[in-house]
Amino acid sequence: MSETIVITSGKGGVGKTTTCANLGVALAIQGCKVVMVDADIGLRNLDVVMGLENRIVYDLVDVVEGYCRLRQALIKDKRVDGLFLLPAAQTKDKNAVSPEQMKELMMALKEEHDFVLVDCPAGIEQGFKNAIAGADSAVIVTTPEVSAVRDADRITGLLEASGFSKPELIINRLKPKMVARGDMMDIPDILDILAIDLVGVVPDDEYIVVSTNRGEPAVLQESSRAGQAYRNIARRLMGEQVPFMDLTEKESVWEKIKRMVKLG
Amino acid sequence: MLNWFGRKQAPKDVAKDRLRLVLMQDRLAVAPQTMEQMRDDVILAISKYVEIDRSGIEFTWKDIDRKRALVASIPVISVKRGGISNDRTAQRSY
Ligand SMILES: Nc1ncnc2c1ncn2[C@@H]1O[C@H](COP(=O)(O)OP(=O)(O)O)[C@@H](O)[C@H]1O
Ligand SMILES: [Mg+2]
Repeated sequence: MSETIVITSGKGGVGKTTTCANLGVALAIQGCKVVMVDADIGLRNLDVVMGLENRIVYDLVDVVEGYCRLRQALIKDKRVDGLFLLPAAQTKDKNAVSPEQMKELMMALKEEHDFVLVDCPAGIEQGFKNAIAGADSAVIVTTPEVSAVRDADRITGLLEASGFSKPELIINRLKPKMVARGDMMDIPDILDILAIDLVGVVPDDEYIVVSTNRGEPAVLQESSRAGQAYRNIARRLMGEQVPFMDLTEKESVWEKIKRMVKLG
Repeated sequence: MLNWFGRKQAPKDVAKDRLRLVLMQDRLAVAPQTMEQMRDDVILAISKYVEIDRSGIEFTWKDIDRKRALVASIPVISVKRGGISNDRTAQRSY
């Protein structure tokens, strides 16, 4: 059975594209046939995060407008078997595509792949409506910050109103040290407020920046903590029960003293 | 914002409290037209029983004890006796 999953957030810059790229690679490593769709028309990003920007010939809008065949627009990733990217158009705007056209496109992609991952643009307008149009389920990405969690709640409401029965949450960029100090909201705090199911927690990881610079998703790097978290999420999406990573980090005695002195 | 050690509330707890409030507002957000319609319906219902001063009506949301409340303040000029008691008599005489 194949599934189309849209990766959304409401707020921009919380890690949708990073999540899409890493989950795509991780699912393909697990043996799934995967296509990642960049639905951020006019602001394409997934191609550079994946390091595939030099191989684009046709894009999503070309396919929708019948300018090329779907298969011609799919870029095959040479690092992992069974991984493809359908890039967004860079020169057109969101209104170049309608939700009906997206639905049709998703149906066609589902026939040939186990997972279709849709990278959603920020916001709640046309681009969002297009991205969710053909999706079976939704993943909402948030960071542990007030504005991102607020937008995640808004998106949850909009998704539920559009018929998504159970959107799932990814908490990205958690900083265990800040959580230990009480400076950042913890996982239970966020779940308490949002009341939706958690599918994974990704720690803040400098390696994400390195991997984005290189165009090699962190999942490909064995030692990356964020990569490990994404590998776990991929297996959960495949239906496996995978225990959550222990992200707790205690403050060192020295750090604690420094903090006390500052506060005292 | 100070807890019993005289320390400031942890930033994560401030975040949580603020989020709770803002989400309560977001989730209960009602379009202005809906508010107006709701107000008119309430006035209509109440006008059957009492004569009210329409110019002095206040109809707003207030946050009371972490809960959102719809608060209506409607100045009453007099109580209408006619219609209602007639209905009652009618019921009684049955
Ligand atoms: N877990 C993480 N650790 C560190 N940096 C991250 C992490 N996730 C995302 N980032 C960084 O945050 C920025 C925004 O991420 P991106 O995936 O482009 O967000 P979005 O697609 O939601 O706008 C990027 O610079 C990315 O490298
Ligand atoms: Mg993006």
